[in-house]
Amino acid sequence: MPILGADMEAGTLVAWRVAPGDRVERGAIVAEVETEKGIIEIEVFTAGTIERLLVEPGAKVPVGTPLATIRDEQPAMREAPGVAPPSPAPPIPRLDGATAPSRGRVSPAARRRAHDLGIDVPALAGTGPSGAVTLDDVERAAAAPAPAPSEAAAMSPMRRAIAAAMGRSKREIPHFYLDTTISLRTALGWLERANASCSVTDRVLPGVLLVKAVALALRAFPELNARWSDRGPLPLPAINVGVAISLRDGGLVAPAIQETDRLPLPDLMRRFRDLVARARSGGLRSSELSESTITVTSLGEQGVERVTGVIFPPQVAIVGFGRIVERPWVAGGAVVPTPVVTVTLAADHRVTDGHRAARFLVAVEQLLQKPEDL
Amino acid sequence: MTRDDLRTTVLEVLGTIAPEAELARVPDDASLREALDLDSMDFLNFVIALHERLHVDIPERDYPKLATLAGCVDYLWRACSPR
Repeated sequence: MPILGADMEAGTLVAWRVAPGDRVERGAIVAEVETEKGIIEIEVFTAGTIERLLVEPGAKVPVGTPLATIRDEQPAMREAPGVAPPSPAPPIPRLDGATAPSRGRVSPAARRRAHDLGIDVPALAGTGPSGAVTLDDVERAAAAPAPAPSEAAAMSPMRRAIAAAMGRSKREIPHFYLDTTISLRTALGWLERANASCSVTDRVLPGVLLVKAVALALRAFPELNARWSDRGPLPLPAINVGVAISLRDGGLVAPAIQETDRLPLPDLMRRFRDLVARARSGGLRSSELSESTITVTSLGEQGVERVTGVIFPPQVAIVGFGRIVERPWVAGGAVVPTPVVTVTLAADHRVTDGHRAARFLVAVEQLLQKPEDL
Repeated sequence: MTRDDLRTTVLEVLGTIAPEAELARVPDDASLREALDLDSMDFLNFVIALHERLHVDIPERDYPKLATLAGCVDYLWRACSPR
């Protein structure tokens, strides 16, 4: 049972996707596991033949429990780690979410009405498409007699997960915060021209430029691309940016884009689009939930101009982008309307200081002034 | 293809992008982004799906014209009409 979260202790095997005798390649999905953070597809990290399945579907087992044995290419049989990462994976960016990631099980109109009425949407049974909670469901709940108040509101598994991870982060990580506002005139002008000359299916969103700039800037600031351990910070060789994706029903997931800094923008866009689709429909993989080395979050779609994040342990930094807005901006001695974005870095003071962190943000800004090099 | 056909197509596409939405309750003049909680990735997927279903190219500068259901139908009606 791989560890898929900073505070994960156990997981429930939902289903096997393979049977004894099946041949599997590295990266193949062999099982589905339910954690408090959702149903995750489990990959193998070695090629071979499934020898035995050691855990029955429905069984809940502690992290580290062998799930299966795989006979690899070598004569000796490899016990268990076939379905677990060979080394402890840095845990996870998923903070909240449903038992199965989905775009949402509540219509936006129903969610707004429930908010106005103070009704807890997850407690409602949905009668809409795919079991979605509809406006009528909310109105019916509002008309029903209120249940007797309990001593404390029951926390869903996902709220417990977010509470545990963020509580731990704020208890253990001495955060500090820096922000700067960056002109995107050059970057967006370049992107507009690039998008105009390609097919609609190949268009790149501005957010992808921001993610790539962060990834490239990290090359010169390895202390921010690290994992905190008992022995101190461990710089990580690959830059795998976790991108925060909202699930619409209150959840949030931040799967990793492996080697973000090496991906050309069109490839990065394709990966991002694929991750968003799978995050909202289910189907994220265990490696994607365990390999982020830093997180980038953007709440710009919600209209806010600044996002000051909470670091996901054991990562040591999170970068937040606000909404791209047009503001008066002095350029060449003149005030001109300019699209700008505010970027905020929350960093772990155990691993870096304000001077270096400020230089990191300057590096992000400089990279965004040369979008053709991203 | 009639305006009603286009409206049906738009609603079908929106239904795939926001399956939880109560599309019948979305007024023709409401902001789709707001009413359906669409982000930029959803909107791009919407444009791509319209492109694939109707074979129309929708440049980014025209996105504001697709802000509402009525706007979508008007825009697609013009784009699909023989010149």
